[in-house]
Amino acid sequence: MSLRVDQDHARFKQIIRGKIRQNLRRFISKGELLGKQGKEVVSIPIPQIDIPRFRFTDKQGGGVSQGDGDPGDALGKPGEQPGTGEAGQGEGQHVLEVDVSLSDLAEILGEELALPNIEDKGKSKIASKRDRYVGLRKVGPNSLRHFRRTFRQALIRQISLGTYDGKKPVIIPVRDDLRYRSFKTEVEPVANAVILYMMDVSGSMGDEQKEIVRIESFWIDTWLRHQYQGLETRFIIHDAVAREVDRDTFFKTRESGGTMISSAYKLAADMIEQSYPLDEWNIYLFHFSDGDNWSVDDTLLCVNLMKEKLLPAANCFCYGQVESPYGSGQFIKDLDEHFKNDERVLTSEIKDRDAIVDSIKEFLGKGK
Amino acid sequence: MSQFALKTSLPSYLRDEQQKIEAHAKGYGLDFFATMFEVLPYDHMNEIASYGGFPSRYPHWRFGMAYEELKKSSEYGLSTIYEMVINNSPAVAYLLEGNSLVDQKIVMAHVYGHVDFFKNNFAFASTDQGKNPETGAPIRKWIDAMANHGAVIRRWANRVGIEKIEAFIDDCLSLENLIDPHRPHARKSVTDSALEEPSYDKPGEELPRLRVDRDYMESYINPDAYMQAQRKKVEDEASKQKKTPEEPDRDVMGFLLEHASLEAWERDVLAVVRREAYYFAPQAQTKIMNEGWATYWHSKILTEKAAEGSEIIDYADRCAGVLATTKERLNPYKLGVELYRHIEERWNKGQFGKEWDECDDLATRQSWDRRLGLGRKKIFEVRSHYTDITFIDEFLTPDFAAEQKLFAFGWSNKNDRFEVETRQFQAVKKKLLFQLTNAGNPVVSVEDKNHKNRGELLLSHDHQGIDLRQDYAQAVLVALERVWHRPVELRTLVEGKTVYLRFDGNAHKVKT
Repeated sequence: MSLRVDQDHARFKQIIRGKIRQNLRRFISKGELLGKQGKEVVSIPIPQIDIPRFRFTDKQGGGVSQGDGDPGDALGKPGEQPGTGEAGQGEGQHVLEVDVSLSDLAEILGEELALPNIEDKGKSKIASKRDRYVGLRKVGPNSLRHFRRTFRQALIRQISLGTYDGKKPVIIPVRDDLRYRSFKTEVEPVANAVILYMMDVSGSMGDEQKEIVRIESFWIDTWLRHQYQGLETRFIIHDAVAREVDRDTFFKTRESGGTMISSAYKLAADMIEQSYPLDEWNIYLFHFSDGDNWSVDDTLLCVNLMKEKLLPAANCFCYGQVESPYGSGQFIKDLDEHFKNDERVLTSEIKDRDAIVDSIKEFLGKGK
Repeated sequence: MSQFALKTSLPSYLRDEQQKIEAHAKGYGLDFFATMFEVLPYDHMNEIASYGGFPSRYPHWRFGMAYEELKKSSEYGLSTIYEMVINNSPAVAYLLEGNSLVDQKIVMAHVYGHVDFFKNNFAFASTDQGKNPETGAPIRKWIDAMANHGAVIRRWANRVGIEKIEAFIDDCLSLENLIDPHRPHARKSVTDSALEEPSYDKPGEELPRLRVDRDYMESYINPDAYMQAQRKKVEDEASKQKKTPEEPDRDVMGFLLEHASLEAWERDVLAVVRREAYYFAPQAQTKIMNEGWATYWHSKILTEKAAEGSEIIDYADRCAGVLATTKERLNPYKLGVELYRHIEERWNKGQFGKEWDECDDLATRQSWDRRLGLGRKKIFEVRSHYTDITFIDEFLTPDFAAEQKLFAFGWSNKNDRFEVETRQFQAVKKKLLFQLTNAGNPVVSVEDKNHKNRGELLLSHDHQGIDLRQDYAQAVLVALERVWHRPVELRTLVEGKTVYLRFDGNAHKVKT
């Protein structure tokens, strides 16, 4: 039922949206949303939406309360401190948590970073629509009459009216008993986009670097999910060898070996070949590393793999280089050199958390 | 029962209970407005609660915010609103659909306590909108008034635009606690200004007149008309030198309404916010007394009359929930009801007056019982003539404070947490009274509307030991500047030093 307050509630949400937009960069670089992610919604802490009034500082005040305890004892548990403890004024200080759906969040992200909508490569079946005769209704053309259900309806009616004679089982349907098949249009969501995340987990990638990747991939996910109805994500980690892992492992694994980027590209190429026919899928490749590779030869191998296998298949290939104290950062230079004029290859250097936003913009800003 | 209340859509089993409980309440001597109960599903309850009890108020996002919070906490099962009652005549109270019968009974009895309090406590007299000329009964049609406010603001919103209105409401709400809660009770000053001696008649001060050498020329050289003009000139001079306001004015909102250069719609919005602030003020002033009184009566009515034997456990459970105390926050229900009971006991036993005060023999005091039986009469008197501050100031005794384990707490810089400070009676009482002063709000007044002779507004904070939160104060100054349209300045103390916070429309300044 609609309530009078709905209007004010909508206004409030609009304001919240504005606040989120204002603070988006901060939210993104802090990564504080990720821990609070539910399936469809994220709850976002919004500070200071209250109306400012003259009020006392909290710490000089204190107040009066009742209960046990000697002077010097703490009130309550740490972290659960009372506000000013005004008697009778039920307002403490609190941070408001607002639920925002992921698609709203994606829209806000899109608005704030001015991201263009993605142009479909034209090869995907967007979402297939099919009419299926699954329902019944009381009106319809005779060609769709459901004989058995009509008969059953008539039988029910006659039995309940007492006009059914078991010895002479004549069933005569009247207009009300007639049942017709009816169709429903079913949209079959087709998972038509896949993101392959690849990450270097060699020793030089520290926790902070991985956190950056985690935050960035959350936003990339959110945006692409908003653009495509079904979105699959696959994760590949590599050091000298590559393997596919689930999301959790992806962000947590840390190996100590050397780095052969080609191993990951090879695996990605195999995965595409096996599961993602090119004419049905929009394929996104994201690779994050600190830019260290084992040898020049391996880098050349990577370039070849990209040219021959990956780039023809993918919408775009994004390479994000996270700065780490150990990496040489050479790989991005190599890529830039080899793919100078190739629009399908997007590279971005991510120095620190604050650079995440710009990096997202570099990757997604082309509308690929 | 009055006819009015019978016309509600209360289900009949609840109406029967209402009639019974109303009869019990009357039997105890409670004196209330006709009371109308309505049963609401939880989302409507949340809606109305987010509007502060009134179903039709002006549009503003903060009601939406309140709704969001209530909705969440009720959907996650963190809290439910059991009852709501509006200070209106007839009073309107809401019951939550789906509550058990014993809950509804408790709520009804509780509500009659509140309505009796609304009707009889002197602080609420300021919410009267006049008297009924026939019966002399107070008129309190606040549901209508709030709806009218809503209509006024909606109409302006249609003309000016909702964003503009809402932004200005935000500004006004920042000033919402800048009212003088005692103003409605202030008598006009005893000396009538018309009777005051005009300044020019005071000895030593004469109207300037032209020099006259011969007395008979007086009326020709200084004729009456000329003297009148001179008199006016002198008066004008005097009034120019006078500060406005003459005395610091705590009713900042009222002052702005009178002196700020506002557009018609701004004036209306400010007037609405101010009037509603004054309407809600008595409730903030009497939270402990009001809740204590209602709790006293629901427990009296339920345990002595209304509860069936089978309901007593549920009743006790609910009641224990209402009266639960935590160390973090004072429970006004608990403190209030206990203090009424304490007063009742003292007056029943005659533990008051000179003799009692002077007796310092512990054994005598403990067994002191004059069997006066004045308790009930006394608490009725108290509920009429006190507010929280005077209630605590007069009736909080060391015995009571010890019995209730009251303590004062404060922030410990050393341990970075709130800690119990003391149980010493005077300290506890002082802190409690401070907390209740001005309903926990800082006292801020207008000092001068022509500060530095530049049309700037000067406010002063009456510093009583606790600093203002500076970020909030500056945000309020921004709002104030938007209402006043000229720079504004606030004088306060920060860490013991006088500080002027100033906002001129562009930038904040802090001067010492």
